Amino acid sequence: MLGQVIISGVLIGFVYSLVAVGLTLIWGVMDIINFAHGEFLMISMYTAFWMYAIFKLDPLLTLPIASFFIFVISFLTYKLIIKKVLDAPGLTALLATFGLSLFIRNLAQFLWTPNYRFITESFVADKKVAMGPVIIGMPQLVAAFGSILMTVIIFYFVKKTKMGMAIQATALDRDTAKLMGIDTEKVYAVTFGISGICVGVAGTLLSTFFPVYPEAGALYSLLAFVIVAFGGFGNIQGALLGGIIVGLTESLGGFFLGTQFKYAVVFLLYLLVLQFRPKGLFGW
Amino acid sequence: MKKPKINTLMVILLSILILPFIYTNNNFCHILILFLIFAGLGEAWNIITGFAGQTSFGHAAFFGIGAYTSTVLFYKFHISPWFGMIMGAFLAAIISALVSYPCFKLKGHYFAIATLAIAEIIKQIFVSWDYVEGATGISIPIVEEGIYNFQFHSSKIPYFLIAYILFLAVVYTAKAIEKNRMGYYLKAIRDSHEAAEALGINTTIYKLYAMMISAAFTASLGTLYAQYILYIDPFMVFPLEISMKIVLLTVLGGIGSIYGPIIGAAVLIPLSEYTRIILGGTGKGIDLIIFGALIVIIACYEPNGIIGILKQKRKKGEHIHAKAKALS
Repeated sequence: MLGQVIISGVLIGFVYSLVAVGLTLIWGVMDIINFAHGEFLMISMYTAFWMYAIFKLDPLLTLPIASFFIFVISFLTYKLIIKKVLDAPGLTALLATFGLSLFIRNLAQFLWTPNYRFITESFVADKKVAMGPVIIGMPQLVAAFGSILMTVIIFYFVKKTKMGMAIQATALDRDTAKLMGIDTEKVYAVTFGISGICVGVAGTLLSTFFPVYPEAGALYSLLAFVIVAFGGFGNIQGALLGGIIVGLTESLGGFFLGTQFKYAVVFLLYLLVLQFRPKGLFGW
Repeated sequence: MKKPKINTLMVILLSILILPFIYTNNNFCHILILFLIFAGLGEAWNIITGFAGQTSFGHAAFFGIGAYTSTVLFYKFHISPWFGMIMGAFLAAIISALVSYPCFKLKGHYFAIATLAIAEIIKQIFVSWDYVEGATGISIPIVEEGIYNFQFHSSKIPYFLIAYILFLAVVYTAKAIEKNRMGYYLKAIRDSHEAAEALGINTTIYKLYAMMISAAFTASLGTLYAQYILYIDPFMVFPLEISMKIVLLTVLGGIGSIYGPIIGAAVLIPLSEYTRIILGGTGKGIDLIIFGALIVIIACYEPNGIIGILKQKRKKGEHIHAKAKALS
């Protein structure tokens, strides 16, 4: 039973990681808290759902379409909104992203009602893998592997490619990066786009085993904030490890203390860890 | 320069006071009460975040503690909510000190997310705490109206006056802090923590004072809110939305200024309440769609808050200067 709890915690943890990677990139590069991050995730879940409901397409097939769609939305969000508040003092950027999250969430509720919707038919639906005494749902397993794959791709993109290095340089020092001939404007837009792809993939994968509803993103963005701070702002490895720890803590906390306390345990662990590592696990 | 500023504030405060007597409409009075509560919350939040620079995303925790302390004392022991209000403020100040003391070593966003986590934990505790009726919440028993019972059924005016007095208390406390030695210390901490420490300011103790004062006022406004609505549950008084609403209206008005929360609440509260009254009945959340869009537009076109527009009008010549400042 305990093995089951640990495995399912780790599996969902990988998905949390991917959501947090998207958030931590924006945070590290632009120092902006994107409160609409969870709402992008929710749009991605709805995209997968409607593709399924209207065209009978499997969420795993529509994954590229959904992530491209969220990429475009993210990119436009940067161009139309974030760009204008980037240089504003203090918490103005937060004001803008919070307003955006309210707008998107309620628009979704207006258009598609607050009802829970489920994707019932999919390649992975109702399949299970038994490993000894531990039974793992296929959707969770696929979601975890998809998330790991995506996290690794993003990690290599940021560490190895030219654009990725430009992102890192901009995160370190924007003005110096500009002096070195880096188009920081483009870097910001690309960072926002990549962040969108992260939630696009995560949302589609989640939609195979999670209900789709307008508030679906809110919980994930709250957890993603904690994971990002846990790992250290702007740190991809930190977000990956943070996601796994949070997934595991949530699962074990729910098992030992009752499900109503599972998030309280996560937040408590975060507060405890920050006592020893005030800038997150990988912060400096 | 000093004198006209005080006069502007007095004119604003006096005109708020006479408003419900000029335009006697129940809806309008309701909006005024909410305006005063949220402007007061904004002022209280301003003390810790605007002055001291410690971003709190968890003020709903203190708001809820205030609401629950008075309500539980009244519901279980029939103690006057006035005493509950004082107890709530006291309790919130103590709890805020206990939880924020270990967090003060965190910088910037790390502190902000920590306050958010604390508020969520406190909410979870109240949701599953049977003694305070958990998630079902408490309906405050309706008793005879009067000052002692803190309940008024025939008119909203007494609530308005109480809200007004509390609001005045917060405004003048914030003003006193700003003009006092403490205000300069807090602003020094906000502008450079290291420099403030190097100058010999005990940063921890001043941040702690600011947090405790802020929490105490937030809690007393929580009590007022509970007595006004006469029903509370954890999702109503502890949610992230309340914390964020406080942040939003202060940032919208202009952070770190006495006028900021007043302007922000004067824009935001009527906007959200009137859109709710006019469009909320459809049950489809159109009001919140418009509300969200307007916040985005204001943030994009007036990044310095509404007070930024007013300041720019006053000193047109220094327009470029202000922009350069925002950029640096």
